[in-house]
Amino acid sequence: MRRNQLFQLISAHFKDIIRRPAVIFWGIIFPILMSLGLGVAFTRKPDIVRHVAVIAQETQEVSIIANFLDHHAEKTTSTDTRKPAYRITLKDEKLGDTTFLFRKTTWEQAMVLLKRGNLNVVMSEKNGRVEYHFDPLNPDAQFTYFKLVGLMDGTAAPPAAEAFRPLTVSGTRYIDFLVPGLIAMDIMMSCMWGMSYGMIEKRSKKLLRRMVATPMKKSYFLMAMMTVRILMNAIEALLVFVFAWLVFDITIQGSLSGLAAVFFAGNIAFGGIAIFMSSRTDNTEIGNGLVNAVVMPMMVLSGIFFSYHNFPEWSIPVIQKLPLTLLADGLRGVFIEGAGFADMLGPSLIMTGIGTVFFLAGLRIFKWH
Amino acid sequence: MNPVIAVKNVHKSFKNVKAVAGVDFEILKGQSVALLGPNGAGKTTLMEMIEGIQKPDTGEILVLGKTWKGNEDALHRQIGLSLQETHFLDRLTVRETLILFASFYSLARDRVDEIIDIIDLSERTRAYVVNLSGGQRQRLAIGIALLNRPRLLLLDEPTTGLDPNARREIWSILLRLKQQSQTSLILTTHYMEEAEQLCDRIIIIDHGRILKKGTMAELLEAENGPKIIEFTLEAPAKNDIRPPSRFPIHWAGGRAKGSVALLHIETELPEFINFISQSQLRLKHLECRRKTLDDLFTEMTGRRLNG
Repeated sequence: MRRNQLFQLISAHFKDIIRRPAVIFWGIIFPILMSLGLGVAFTRKPDIVRHVAVIAQETQEVSIIANFLDHHAEKTTSTDTRKPAYRITLKDEKLGDTTFLFRKTTWEQAMVLLKRGNLNVVMSEKNGRVEYHFDPLNPDAQFTYFKLVGLMDGTAAPPAAEAFRPLTVSGTRYIDFLVPGLIAMDIMMSCMWGMSYGMIEKRSKKLLRRMVATPMKKSYFLMAMMTVRILMNAIEALLVFVFAWLVFDITIQGSLSGLAAVFFAGNIAFGGIAIFMSSRTDNTEIGNGLVNAVVMPMMVLSGIFFSYHNFPEWSIPVIQKLPLTLLADGLRGVFIEGAGFADMLGPSLIMTGIGTVFFLAGLRIFKWH
Repeated sequence: MNPVIAVKNVHKSFKNVKAVAGVDFEILKGQSVALLGPNGAGKTTLMEMIEGIQKPDTGEILVLGKTWKGNEDALHRQIGLSLQETHFLDRLTVRETLILFASFYSLARDRVDEIIDIIDLSERTRAYVVNLSGGQRQRLAIGIALLNRPRLLLLDEPTTGLDPNARREIWSILLRLKQQSQTSLILTTHYMEEAEQLCDRIIIIDHGRILKKGTMAELLEAENGPKIIEFTLEAPAKNDIRPPSRFPIHWAGGRAKGSVALLHIETELPEFINFISQSQLRLKHLECRRKTLDDLFTEMTGRRLNG
């Protein structure tokens, strides 16, 4: 009969969740829309427009830049200022076309545009030489500068077509990196918001107090909450994967058992943390803060959207031990690096350990009424 | 016979506030008792100690002959309770909610059907809990409390906030239970009518102490007890107007209203009217009624029960 108690708890929580239409939207449709949006944004071949400000040289009789633009560029009007401007387009089949849009401004105007992010390189002339002003720490500005110098020198021919081979092999594209990261993030978000919030709400509405006034086994209640969450996350992840497979041709290159191991371990890790975080308070505002305190740092550090290898050297070993990093790296290992079950054993055990410690600590301090 | 509940010299403080200050009482099998008192009197703290979620600072509480420590599971199996306001899982139906709670007690489905009959919700078994009216939700809460055929039922303000019809429906469920079982009942309430309908004994609490306990008849000396005269004057009585000492008037509304308890109404009422006219007061309104628990409370504390 004890087993029936657990089954009834799981069934009740599951029904209570799936009977809310909002859950279907935020839990299932929203993650798919997000992967579609990000996927499209980062996989389309970009036709880039690079804006450059040219500081007008009223006093100089012969201007190198003006001369260059008169001969090589097409005259047009700037789209936002309606002032005369010049356009040069470099055709490139593989990398996408690059269009340079030059507009004449004063130094002050150029600085305003730079601060607003409308452009990142400013050209001027001094003593018959062209000068380029840009932030050396901005890679995009650096790239514009290199292209621009080539253009002015007349060496900006498209890269040798034979030498350049676009990587379109499945597993090497940005979308391949992104989708496993998104699934990892969904698991974290769903556990932290769904479980913590659900728990705090049940406490503030005195449902927890009512339930523990029966012979219900307390650990069964928490296990049921976790089971339902894992089930929901599995459905969600499956749908996101099927979608990414159909639209972006994403495949799983490693072992499915490894994937299952790392997926369940990740759920246990975040389920445990969620129970710990929601073990005391009955105030959803405090819950909000607690969840954000866990979620925000990992969202930034764990390399969901961009690799965490750009963070300082000393911080990498720490970042790699965060649960979200472990989960995202594990999923990526299976999805794109072809990792097997044995490779996933280590990270899975660590995540299960993290989850178990937090679960038991949470159960110890858990406030039922 | 062992009492179902024995509360022995219990004290409980929160920080600097003394919530319960030396309470003693016993409840026997089949007895039903109302804890009556204004907000903040200590009723809820007392209930929570009986329910086992608060521990007394000193003193002892025995429920079904046992202390809570180490006997939680056994006691939970024999107690049913309904809190002042409980939300169940919003999107579970009435039936599913009962099945869930029945599983905690390892009860079969038949019992769920019986309960649905008892609480008269057969028409609403497939309705989500979130869509029930206040009265229906409270009936469900009582149904859940009755699932395990409890030896002791604890009800914290079971009808607060309900309309009179819904209140009467709850009363009839509890009255039937009283007739058909030996369940002991302890409930907290603001409503004296509720206490009178459902309970054999009444305990009046204020500031964490028992002011008075007994049956309704004992408390109100019902049959030969005093009658209450309530009157309103056209203009407030001046301060120098002093009623004779056998008419201890409780003034209200800036001495424009008052009430007085008369033991021998046949002789005392004409004397009272006499006093009014001799004092040159003009009556706007006068009413004679039996004494209530509210009057008793006012006599003892100078405050009103539901105020």
